[in-house]
Amino acid sequence: MLVAESLSLERGGRQLFQGLSFSVYPGQLIQVEGANGAGKTSLIRILAGLSRYGYEGKVSRHGAMLYLGHHSAVKALLSPRENLSWHVSGEGQYSSAEIETALARVGLYGYEDVPSHALSAGQHRRVNLARLYLSKSPLWLLDEPYTAIDVKGVGELEALFAEHVGAGGSVLLTSHQRLDIDCPVARLDLNAGIIP
Amino acid sequence: MSAPGTLAFCGRLLRRQLVLAVRRPIEIGNPLLFFAMVVALFPLGLGPAPDKLADFAPGILWIIALLSNLLTSDGVFRSDFDDGSLEQLLLSPQPLYLSVLSYITAHWLITGLLLALASPLFAVMLNLPTEAIAALFTSLLLGTAVLSLVGAIGAALTVGLKRGGMLISLLILPLYMPVLIFGSAAVKAAATGVPAGPYLAILGAMLCLAVALAPIATAAGLRISVDA
Repeated sequence: MLVAESLSLERGGRQLFQGLSFSVYPGQLIQVEGANGAGKTSLIRILAGLSRYGYEGKVSRHGAMLYLGHHSAVKALLSPRENLSWHVSGEGQYSSAEIETALARVGLYGYEDVPSHALSAGQHRRVNLARLYLSKSPLWLLDEPYTAIDVKGVGELEALFAEHVGAGGSVLLTSHQRLDIDCPVARLDLNAGIIP
Repeated sequence: MSAPGTLAFCGRLLRRQLVLAVRRPIEIGNPLLFFAMVVALFPLGLGPAPDKLADFAPGILWIIALLSNLLTSDGVFRSDFDDGSLEQLLLSPQPLYLSVLSYITAHWLITGLLLALASPLFAVMLNLPTEAIAALFTSLLLGTAVLSLVGAIGAALTVGLKRGGMLISLLILPLYMPVLIFGSAAVKAAATGVPAGPYLAILGAMLCLAVALAPIATAAGLRISVDA
């Protein structure tokens, strides 16, 4: 689904990674590991195609991809329903029932039409994560998806990841938490590549 | 499920921008308030001589229109850049040229169009001859659209900077000049009884050029800003 060949990146005079090569296959879940400032976010942005200059190497992607970054992309002036239906509007046409179901699955039932500035940071994140329930993209690139999410929410996300991977999708995510998922988790070390 | 049509997507983007603007009415009111304030100050500064005011009115009105556009164009992409919406837009399969055009159209609708609609009132405040009001309205309608298009280039290039306001002025003011010159010339011509048509035609030609080229430059600017 995704092939990265000899990626090298230097930021602020420091070599973050060098000659990093790996492939992501269908049905794989990969956790990117590294300390703060190790270059995890930079790597994901390169893989998503948001950073196009300043690195060496080659990334080729096949098929649709869903990238969720650090920012929740939630507009405070719009309701969760409006936010979510805008987020997915580039990919497909969803009925309002589908939008409601997705919001309900991230625990925002009853909050659909509340202005988003009345919601907490975790709830903003949940509006953003609701996209995962609607997504038809096989490849998910997630940058710290657990930020501001409570323990129960993390469990639900992990179940969703397992389901997605089981259906032949793949997930590449960064997180400092230990994942507790019913499927093999490969670790991606920024210096050593993929450790199965 | 199929990927939605590009036109439907642009329509939704336009609607979203307008909904956001309507929910923060101060953003719509600000340029108009600025316009009204400056127009009200000029007679005080120049002295209450109606003939003199009428003489200066075309230039004054056009300069304020330009400045109020400059003040607002900084914010076109700002909040979407800050909260990550812009990244998602760049990753969506929709053509960025048309998405950018939707952003600019929304910006024009809430600044330029409203300004043009309110301009007859301001023209009367500055004692502009009534024959020139139609030319003022048309020239503002065409000219502010060009300003919004050109301003978006500067906004896209400076959106990654914390304080882009000054830089944006330096970048795009030179490109604003032709619009100011032909816009105020059109109004001046109409005020002195000369046909304003040729000037308006040139403004129209500038608009065509800007519609064709500015979104390309803006899209490239956004990619660079998000990359950095």
